[in-house]
Amino acid sequence: MTTNCTLNGRRTSLQGHPMSRLLDAIRATGLTGTKEGCGEGECGACGVLLDGALVNSCLTPLAHADGAAITTIEGVATGQMLHEVQEAFLECGGAQCGICTPGMVLAAVELLSRTPEPTEEDVRVALAGNLCRCTGYMRIFESVLEAAKRQ
Amino acid sequence: MNPPQIGRPARRKEGRAKVTGQAQYVDDLSPDGLLHGVTVRSPVARGRITSIAFDPVIPWDEFVVVSAADIPGKNRVKLIVDDQPYLASDVVNHAEEPILLIAHADRAKADAARRHVTIVIDPLPPVLTIDDSLAAREIIWGSDNVFKRYSVSKGDVDRALAESAIVVEGEYETGAQEQLYIEPNGMIAVADRERGVTVWGSMQCPYYIHNALAGLFGIPEERVRVVQMATGGGFGGKEEFPSVIAGHAALLAWKSGRPVKMIYGRTEDMASTTKRHPARTKHRTAVSRDGRLLAIDIDFIIDGGAYCTLSPVVLSRGTIHAGGPYACPNVRVQGRAVATNVPPHGAFRGFGAPQSIFALERHMDRVAAAVGISPDEFRRRNFIKPGDTLAVGQTISEPVNMAALLDRAMEASDYRRKREQFARENGKRAIKKGMGLAAFMHGAGFTGSGEVHLQSVVTVEGTAEGCVRVLSASTEIGQGTNTIFSQIAAEALGVECGDIEVVQPDTSVVPNSGPTVASRTCMVVGKLVETAALGVRHSLIDAGYLRSVYSRTEFQSACSRYIADFGSLRASSQYSPPPGLRWDDEKYVGDAYGTYGWAVYVAEVSVDTTTWEIQVDDFVAVQEVGRVINPTLAAGQIEGGVAQGIGWALYEDVVWREGRMANAQMTNYIMPTSMDLPPIRVYFEETPYLHGPAGAKGIGELPMDGPAPAIFNAVADATGVDVRQLPLTPERLMALMEPVTA
Repeated sequence: MTTNCTLNGRRTSLQGHPMSRLLDAIRATGLTGTKEGCGEGECGACGVLLDGALVNSCLTPLAHADGAAITTIEGVATGQMLHEVQEAFLECGGAQCGICTPGMVLAAVELLSRTPEPTEEDVRVALAGNLCRCTGYMRIFESVLEAAKRQ
Repeated sequence: MNPPQIGRPARRKEGRAKVTGQAQYVDDLSPDGLLHGVTVRSPVARGRITSIAFDPVIPWDEFVVVSAADIPGKNRVKLIVDDQPYLASDVVNHAEEPILLIAHADRAKADAARRHVTIVIDPLPPVLTIDDSLAAREIIWGSDNVFKRYSVSKGDVDRALAESAIVVEGEYETGAQEQLYIEPNGMIAVADRERGVTVWGSMQCPYYIHNALAGLFGIPEERVRVVQMATGGGFGGKEEFPSVIAGHAALLAWKSGRPVKMIYGRTEDMASTTKRHPARTKHRTAVSRDGRLLAIDIDFIIDGGAYCTLSPVVLSRGTIHAGGPYACPNVRVQGRAVATNVPPHGAFRGFGAPQSIFALERHMDRVAAAVGISPDEFRRRNFIKPGDTLAVGQTISEPVNMAALLDRAMEASDYRRKREQFARENGKRAIKKGMGLAAFMHGAGFTGSGEVHLQSVVTVEGTAEGCVRVLSASTEIGQGTNTIFSQIAAEALGVECGDIEVVQPDTSVVPNSGPTVASRTCMVVGKLVETAALGVRHSLIDAGYLRSVYSRTEFQSACSRYIADFGSLRASSQYSPPPGLRWDDEKYVGDAYGTYGWAVYVAEVSVDTTTWEIQVDDFVAVQEVGRVINPTLAAGQIEGGVAQGIGWALYEDVVWREGRMANAQMTNYIMPTSMDLPPIRVYFEETPYLHGPAGAKGIGELPMDGPAPAIFNAVADATGVDVRQLPLTPERLMALMEPVTA
C-alpha cells in the first residue's frame, strides 16, 4: 500500500501496510540516517519530525504519515550548510559514536523551534526521550545551548 | 612550522557524517540478494539436546538452516582457551546459547520461522551463583568450576593481621551491567569457497574476528577480510562477542551463497551477549590507631558465566587494581574467576577494575571510620608515592601526586564545608545529603607482557597529492580514534589535521595494531602513529626532499615529489616496550602496566527517605592522564564514563531468573537519561608520560572506576547506613534503611 507524504520537502510515496512502522518505510527509501536502537520507543534514535512534532518512528504507524510533512536527519541541513544545531554538535563534542545523534539533533531542532532561548533544564526535559550512552549528555546540553545562541 | 595540533579541541573527523545522518553503520548496507539471519537459542540454562523438530507449517525449503554439523572448520570461538562453540550440538551450558541459524530474504519470515523450531532439552541442574559454583556440587567447567586463579602478594599479611589491634572486615558485591551501546550488534557476511569470507560490521577488534573466522572455516587467514563499519558504541561489548555474530552470519552466507545480514534486536542483544562480570570481594584490613594501613587482604571473585571467553584477563586486571593507589607493607590479593550457567560475561569498560575498586574504596571509608579519621585524611596518610611498590611488584617511578588530586577535588566540590553542613542539617530532614569520595588508578594498555605479545603495527603513508594516510586496525567507536590519530600524525609531521586521513579499518588494507580495548588506543597505538609519522618525515629529510624546518606546503610538495620518484612513501612502526619495563609471566610479578592514570572523584548526593530514591547532585572528576591530546574529546570520555558509573551504581540492575535476563529491554533496564545526571565537572592535571604520544596516557576506562564507590560513600555519609551491594536501587536501600528509620 502507498502512503503519500512530504519527506524532507519532497512529495514522496512510502510503501507498506498502514500499521507497519514509519521507521522501516523511511529507511526503505534509502534515508538510513534514522536509526533503530530499541524498537520500543525508549531510546529515541529513530526520532523524526512529523508536522513539526518529534515522534519515535519505530512506534508510529505509517498511516500517521498520510499527508504529513516529515523531516529526517537528512533534511536538517540546507544543502551543504549545516543547521546551527549540527554546527554546535561538531563544535562542542555533542556527537561521539553518532548512533543517537540523528534523534538528538532532531529533538534539539524541535526544542529550539518552540523555545528559542532554552534554559539547561528545558534542554534536559526536551532530550529526556533520547538516550546517549557515550557522552553523559553534558556536551549535548552545551551543544544545544550553543546552537540557541547562534540562531 | 604549523601551530601545535596537540592540546587543541580539533573537531571530530567523521563528525559531519554523523550529524547529517550520512555515516554508514552496518544496518545501513543492503547488498543485492541479501538474506536476513536469525538465531535459534536455548531456552534453558543447562541440559542435553535430545531432539530438534521443524514445524511442517513452515515451508522450510525456502529457508537456509545451519546447525553445528554445517561448520567447515572448528566449532570453537577462537579467543583464550577456545571452549565456546559457535553452535551447541549436544549440550547447552547457558540460556540463549545459539543452536541453529535460519536465513530468509524476508526478515519477518525468518523471525517467524524461528518460533516454529522446537528444541527438546533434557535439563541438568544449573549452577547460577558464585556460591553454587564454588560449592562444586555440579561441575560445569574443568575439574572445579574455576576458569582462572591469580594471587599477588607482598610482605607477611597473616602476621600483620594477627598482630594488629584493629582489623576491619567487609564484603562487597557488584551486579552484572549491560554495555547498552545504542547500536545493537550486527554483521553482514559474504562467503565463497573459492574467495573466502568477508564481513562488514559493528566491532572494536577487526583482527579478533579475522582470526576467529579463519578457524571457523578452516581457511588461511589471507582468505578472510574484516571491515569495520561506523560503530555505534562498544564499551567492551563489541570486543569479543562480534566474533560470534560474524561467524554466524558467515556460516549462513557460506551455505546459501548469498550475502547475509544479522542485526540483533535490543532484547536479543541484552539477553544473549556479554555483560560486566558480577563480583564479590572480601576485605580484611589491619590499620594502626593513627590511620596507617598495615595489611590488606583481599579475596576477589568474578562470575565468568558459562564459557571462559576473556574472564582470565578481566580477573587479572581486577586483581592487580584491587589494592588501589595506597602504600601498604603487606598486601595479598587472591582472585578467582568461576563458571556459572549464564551467558558468558565479558569485556566492559574498566575490565574487572571497577568491581575490585568499588570494594576497596567503600572499604577504605569504613576503615577510616573505624579509626575515627575523616575519609580524605585517612587516604592522604596512605597514598602511594614515587618509589613505593604495588603488591604486584611494580615500583612507582612516575611523579604521581595523589594528594594534589585530592586537594583539587575537595576544593572543586567544596567537600569539607558541604560535608560539615550536611552533617549539621540532615537531622530529621526527609531528604538527607552526603559527600563521598574515591581515589583510584587505572593501568593503561595490556597487562604485563600483553603488549609485547600483540606486536602491534601501524603504517603511515604519504599520497601523491601530498596528504598522509594512517593505516591501523584501531577502530573509531565514538571515543575519538580518528581525530586523535590525525592530531598526533599532524603534529609529528608539521601539517594540519585536515591533511591526515585515518583509513577505515579493513584487514585487507591495515596492519594488525591490536584490539581497540584496555585504554591502549591513544597511548600505545597513538605512539606507533607518532613514530611511523616521524619515519615518513625522516625519509623525506634524509633523502633530501625536505629541510629540517619546513612549511606545510613544502611538506606536501616533498611528499608528491618523493612518490613521483620512488613510487611510494611509507613507514611502519612496531611496538617495543619502554626501556626498563620488566614482567615475569610465570611468577606474575613486575611492571603490570607501563603507566597508570590517577584520579580522585567526589560525589554529592541526596537521599529521599520517603521514596528511597538517590539523586547525584554534583560530580567532580579530577584526573591525571598525561598530556591531553584533545580537551573536548578527553572531557567527553570522562563524562561518558562517569555517566556509566552512575548508572552502574544506582540504576542498572540485571534481573536474573533461572539464568536468563528477565529485564532485557530498555523499558525496564534503566540507564541514565538527560534528567538523571548531575553536572559532571572534569579537571585534568597534565603530567606528560615519556612513552606516550606527545606525553599522553590511556583515558577511556579510568572514569568507570570511581563513580560507584564515591556515590556509595556519599550515601553512607548522608544516611549512616553501611551500603555495600550494587546497584543501590530504591528497593535495596529501603530494605537497609527501614530498620534504621522505623
